[in-house]
Amino acid sequence: MSETPRQRVKRRFLENKQGVASAVFLLLLAIIAALFALFGAFHLGIPTDPNRTNLALKLVPPSLSHWLGTDNLGRDVLTRLLHGTYISLTVGFVAVFVSLTIGIIFGAVSGYLGGWADDVLMRVVDALMCFPTFPLILTVVAYLGPSIWNVVIVIGLVSWTGTARLVRAEFLTLRETEYVRAAKGLGQRHAAIIFRHILPNAAAPIVVTAVLGVPDAILTEAGLSFLGFGVQPPQATWGNIITDGKAYILDAWWLILFPGLAILATALAFYLTGEALRRAAQTRTERK
Amino acid sequence: MSDQPLLEVRDLSIRFATENGDVNAVKHVSFSLERGETLAIVGESGSGKSVTALALTRLLPEPPTRFDTGEILLDGRDVLKMRARELREIRGGKIAYIFQEPSTSLNPVFTIRNQIAEAIKLHRSDVKDIDAEIVQWLNLVGIVEPEKRMRDYPHQLSGGMQQRAMIAMALSCQPDLLVADEPTTALDVTIQAQIMAQLRELKSKLSMSIILITHNFGIISDIADRVAVMYRGEIVEHGETSTVLNNPQHPYTRALIDCIPRLGAKRHRLATIDHAALAEAQ
Repeated sequence: MSETPRQRVKRRFLENKQGVASAVFLLLLAIIAALFALFGAFHLGIPTDPNRTNLALKLVPPSLSHWLGTDNLGRDVLTRLLHGTYISLTVGFVAVFVSLTIGIIFGAVSGYLGGWADDVLMRVVDALMCFPTFPLILTVVAYLGPSIWNVVIVIGLVSWTGTARLVRAEFLTLRETEYVRAAKGLGQRHAAIIFRHILPNAAAPIVVTAVLGVPDAILTEAGLSFLGFGVQPPQATWGNIITDGKAYILDAWWLILFPGLAILATALAFYLTGEALRRAAQTRTERK
Repeated sequence: MSDQPLLEVRDLSIRFATENGDVNAVKHVSFSLERGETLAIVGESGSGKSVTALALTRLLPEPPTRFDTGEILLDGRDVLKMRARELREIRGGKIAYIFQEPSTSLNPVFTIRNQIAEAIKLHRSDVKDIDAEIVQWLNLVGIVEPEKRMRDYPHQLSGGMQQRAMIAMALSCQPDLLVADEPTTALDVTIQAQIMAQLRELKSKLSMSIILITHNFGIISDIADRVAVMYRGEIVEHGETSTVLNNPQHPYTRALIDCIPRLGAKRHRLATIDHAALAEAQ
């Protein structure tokens, strides 16, 4: 019995060691983030409150009592890092959710309708793509006020253009397929053809861009927090920890290194997972 | 109602307005179809037969498609004047299609059951037990173990089975007219014969009208009541199947009939069509 497309993608993904390792890492990260968000901390022998200061123990290098050292206010870096995981992942996923929703609707309508509607919608996308994203986000956040939700929504609102183009391209090809004509021939509505018949067939590249979009959003949030426009202190995020640490960069390397590594590892894991997914979903088989 | 044909196409002309100029795909075509009657439209690639078939429910993209003249009367109502909503009702509900390539006409991400269920939900809201209905139609088109097969994805079925599933999907809407656009072209010869036999059987069981589009004169004689021969967008000959087959009037019809390979005939090169001579004759 031949395998279904879904089984094939699953098998080929599981054969990719890099992808599986990255996915497992991300899963662990997500579990840690969820546990910390729900229970605050658990008994690992590390300080539980990310915001508890202890000036007597400021700028302590990594040791057994403070695995990753303490910052200038004596706060435990590991505890803050783990709390930051929750923020960073939330930012990444929610921003991608916002941008995917807009991108899919925009791209699907544009690619499906074609003609002048496509022209108009794609010129809007072109115009948005001309804006340098980061200054645009900065401006909007400065106007709305920096809060985690404003940051997430703004990142989502400016990052959907790539998705829209991709979805449009997929729809341009898929709307010409025989099964779309067959669905039309059955009297199916446009909305059902778009979302029931075409979208599932475009799912693979969309899932891949979604996964690849998460680290972009995380990096943008880290950048914004670093500049002081992101999530506000004392709330710990990876970007915030680096911002706080930059003044002590020569004396306390651990303040910059560990959050930097966390960002790097997470972004890399997302990219590798996305790449593995892309390969697994590819119809043309280019193995190894 | 009774004296009105199910479908009447009058003086239909279809043009594709493209950037590279206009293409007149169908020119002043007229034909009609009674209930329960089977019409074969025969012609070569590009003769306009598929375009005519798709035009019956306005499945051609507009633009670039333009209907320059004519009307398509379905139960006396002009399809060319219908709104989107009415069109959705007649598509599938009154006129259902089966296409040439069953492997691409079925959506690869859904099971057979899923796709037939969609058709039933669209046009037959009275049906309560959808699964039972699906099984019944799959049985009718000759699929064995329909309860099991309907949970398969299209790629798990053979070409012949896929085409049967397509036919079941079209029939499940209970249309008045089934348009089969080259239903056997993509299948191998033994399966072709099976599918044609199936269509013939369904025709007598369901007393439904059929328009059969094909380039192959060989498959129409036992199923079609009448035949229309299309060449370069025009109907060049139109009549009872036996009359046309036995006594073709137009040189193109004669040429097409000569192209049928015959069992037992003395071996020689298959006949081809001399288009230059035909164009001159026209």
